Order: sequence, then structure tokens, then C-alpha cells
Amino acid sequence: MPGLAPSIDDRLLHLDADGTPGLLAVRERGTGRLVFPPPSDADPQLYERVLLPRDGRLWSWTVQRFRPKSPPYAGLETFEPYAVGYVALGDAIIVEGRLTGAPLDGFAIDMKMRLVAEPFALASGEWRTTFAFAPAENQA
Amino acid sequence: MSGVYIVGAGIHPFGRTPERSGLQQGVVAVRQALGRAGLDWRDIQFAYGGSDAAGKADTMVFELGLTGLPFINVANGCATGGSAMFGAYSTIKSGEFDLGIAVGFDKHPRGAFDPKPAEWGLPDWYGETGLMLTTQFFAMKIQRYMAMYGITNGTLAAVAEKAFANGVLADHAWRREPVDAETILGSTMVSDPLTKFMFCSPGEGAVALILASETKAKQLGLPAARLRAAAVRSRPPGSFEVFSPALDIDRGPSPTNIASHAAYDMAGVGPEDIDVAQLQDTESGAEIMHMAENGFCADGEQEAWIAEGRTRIGGTLPVNTDGGCLACGEPIGASGLRQVYENYVQLTGQAGARQVPGDPRIGYSHVYGAPGVSAVAIVERA
Repeated sequence: MPGLAPSIDDRLLHLDADGTPGLLAVRERGTGRLVFPPPSDADPQLYERVLLPRDGRLWSWTVQRFRPKSPPYAGLETFEPYAVGYVALGDAIIVEGRLTGAPLDGFAIDMKMRLVAEPFALASGEWRTTFAFAPAENQA
Repeated sequence: MSGVYIVGAGIHPFGRTPERSGLQQGVVAVRQALGRAGLDWRDIQFAYGGSDAAGKADTMVFELGLTGLPFINVANGCATGGSAMFGAYSTIKSGEFDLGIAVGFDKHPRGAFDPKPAEWGLPDWYGETGLMLTTQFFAMKIQRYMAMYGITNGTLAAVAEKAFANGVLADHAWRREPVDAETILGSTMVSDPLTKFMFCSPGEGAVALILASETKAKQLGLPAARLRAAAVRSRPPGSFEVFSPALDIDRGPSPTNIASHAAYDMAGVGPEDIDVAQLQDTESGAEIMHMAENGFCADGEQEAWIAEGRTRIGGTLPVNTDGGCLACGEPIGASGLRQVYENYVQLTGQAGARQVPGDPRIGYSHVYGAPGVSAVAIVERA
């Protein structure tokens, strides 16, 4: 597994030098509404770029038990089920992503979650970096 | 403005028919509707029709006859059938024509749908990393609903068990074998908490409805149901829909909530007046949530309703009397019209072994689909 593979999309992730990820979004200047993912043609007059909060609580979840069709799925042919969920990031926005850091039956609604960088293997064998949410160490 | 009546209906059996294209299944449904009503294609003044993935509806004039009628193709995703009926309804209501047809058909390959991110205005990573699946959306919507309102896995299974039991009694259904709750719960997990038998499958089928003005309906003297409301609504802010990389923190109503309200207003009736309902059941949980979203019960009351058998044929509000999408499959362009077909058959007393007892008077149908659209129709025995 590589240390830090290229991001799966330059407009998705901000990665600090130490690998700490942040999700890129925009805030509509007029209404304050957050938009994720940011539209590629977001007019800077109307939208300002922001990083979303990294911490939140699990809003809902499920497990993807069969390999999705390709395209659009770009993962390995050999398939391992993975968890996905929505995480409410503070009082900002609810974001969908892969879940990691616990067994597939180890997730529950309201669990504290934190954004992490997640290596993703393409069918070609190359690696990319995407994002996921993992249970926070402090669940109190 | 004229009242609008359904005076005839035809259906091509749902499921898999390798020897016929989707379009040909549409032609079969139209011919059956005409035959049952004793009408000729030349009597039909206009048509609305469509499919999501099986071709252009208006090309069926080559088989049905080149009468020169206006034939409007409808392509509106999961609401294609509902939109075709809405078009036909509005055309007759306006007085422009007094006899027309709404037809919907489809034919999908096996397995889950495989949407392309760009076609939905989404970045490629969303599909590449395995987040773009309708099954995940349905699973996560019911997962949260179960946690909030105390719905159990047993209730999910009971909904599917009822669907298959009703499908046994419906000639046009795809799945015609009963499946018990234990088997449903023990079948392959697709997307937690939903198992294989709790999901409908993309399939094939076709439905045609003949609509007439009040004057024309009286002239024809056929078994009829008055279409008291037909409403199509897209999503309001804060609704939870398929293929959403993010949701607003401020949650709002669903397209079903607003289509339902609009339909009750148009019809001048409320949920307590409905005798039989066909509700979108893409999976077991959808039927449960749609009972509340359409106003039939409060959130959480489904647990008791289903335990008491209130939604079975013979219950206080029979739901999905032909087995719904779970037993019939989901050919997108035909699915919404199948629900109206079923209500027409129920209200005119032609439902045979699955007939709802007690002379049902008012039927309700609700179709829901991506990317957040609902169509509701309310029909009354004429």
C-alpha cells in the first residue's frame, strides 16, 4: 500500500503535508448554503471555497455486498464488501462516503466519525487516494 | 373542463419475455385494452407513451395503424408512465380531445441499474469509488427510519411476504410463488438491512390505459373509474434522494409528501377515504415509509399496522394488491401505469382471486423514482 497516492479527483480533497485530508466544498455567498462536491464551474462571485469540518456523527449506513457494475465502478475485480454511510458534519452538511476503521457490523447511527484519507485500488492495479469516515477514537 | 374517466386497460405480463421487444409488449397492452373495451385503434384521438430504455413509443403506430393521431413521446425517468397519464389526463380535462390512450413499457437487462455519473451531473469519483448505487440509497433511507421510528427487520420481511402472496393471485405478476418471512430474512444480504427478497428487480412489461371525457365515457357505457387527481411533483429542498453525495443539514419534505398533498387537494378527499392503495415498493422499506409519506399513518405506526395485517387484501387498507414492484418487477416506463391498472381492475370488480372485498370505491396510486420525482393518482369507481 502506498504512502499517499494521487487524489482520485483534484477538486475533491485537500491533503496536508502529513496526509491529513480535508473535503473541498463551496459556500454560496448569498445564502450560506454549503455545496459538496463543488461544481467545477462555481462562479467565485457567488461562491467561496471552503474546507468542510472533519468530525461528525453517523447519520445512516449500509454495506455494499456485491461488486458494483463497471463502469462506473473502477475498483478491483476481486471484491470485498465495504460499508458506506452519511455523516452529519457538525451543523454544516451531511456527506456520503465509504466507512472504514471498524468491522462491517461495527457501525451504528450517531457514532462519532472522523474524515480520513483512504487508499483506493483501481482495477489496473494503480492506487488513488479518496476519502472515508472512520469511528473517532473518543466516542464519549 | 371535463371529468376524466378510465374506460379500458390492458397489460402485458411483467417479468421476462425474450421473444418480444419492449415496444412489442406495449403494442400487446394497447391491443388488449382496445379489445376489452370493444374499441378500434381508429377511435383513439391521441396518445401519450414512453419507455425509459426500450425505444420510442410513437413508433408503435407502424403496428397499430397509421391513423395520423398525435402521439407524444414521454421520457421522464421513473415517472415516465405517470407523466404519460398526466399528459392524457390534462388533454381530456382541457376539452381538446375526448378519447385517448396512455401507454408505458420497458425492458431492462438483468441486475442493478448502472448509471453514468456525468448523466446525473456528478463527478466520476462518485461512481468510480462505488457510491453510485440505488440499492445503497434505499438501504440507508430505511436504516435511519428504522432507528428513528422503531421499525423491525420482521416488518420488512412481512411486507415482502405479503407482496409474494398477492403476486400468486395476479396473472400479470412476475413472481408467482409464495415466499415465507423466514426465507426472506435468510436470503442473501444485498445492502444491510435489505436482503435479496426485499428488493424488486428491473424487468419487463407494458400497460395501456384508455381515457375518456365524461360525455364519451357515458356514451361508451363501459366499466369506468373517474380519475379524480393526477399529480406529478419533483423534489423540494432538503429531501433525501438517490445519488446524493451530500444532503443539506436542514431536512425537508419528500417529493411524495408534496405530490400526495396536491392529489388529495385536487380530489377533495383525504387518506381516510382511500379503500385500496398501490405504493412504490422498490424494496420493503419503501412501502413502509411511503405509507407515512402519503398520509395513511404516522411515522412508526407501520409496525402495528403490518402486524395486524391491515395492509393485506381484506385488511382496512389493502396495499399493493397485485404484489407491487416486489412481485411484478420494475420496468420503469410501465410501473406507474401498472398501479393505476390495478386500481381500475379493483374498482370495477374485475380483480378475481385478489379482489378487495366490500366494493372498494376510491383507489390511490403512488410511484416514486430517481432523481426525486413522485406521481400520485386518485381514482373513483364511476
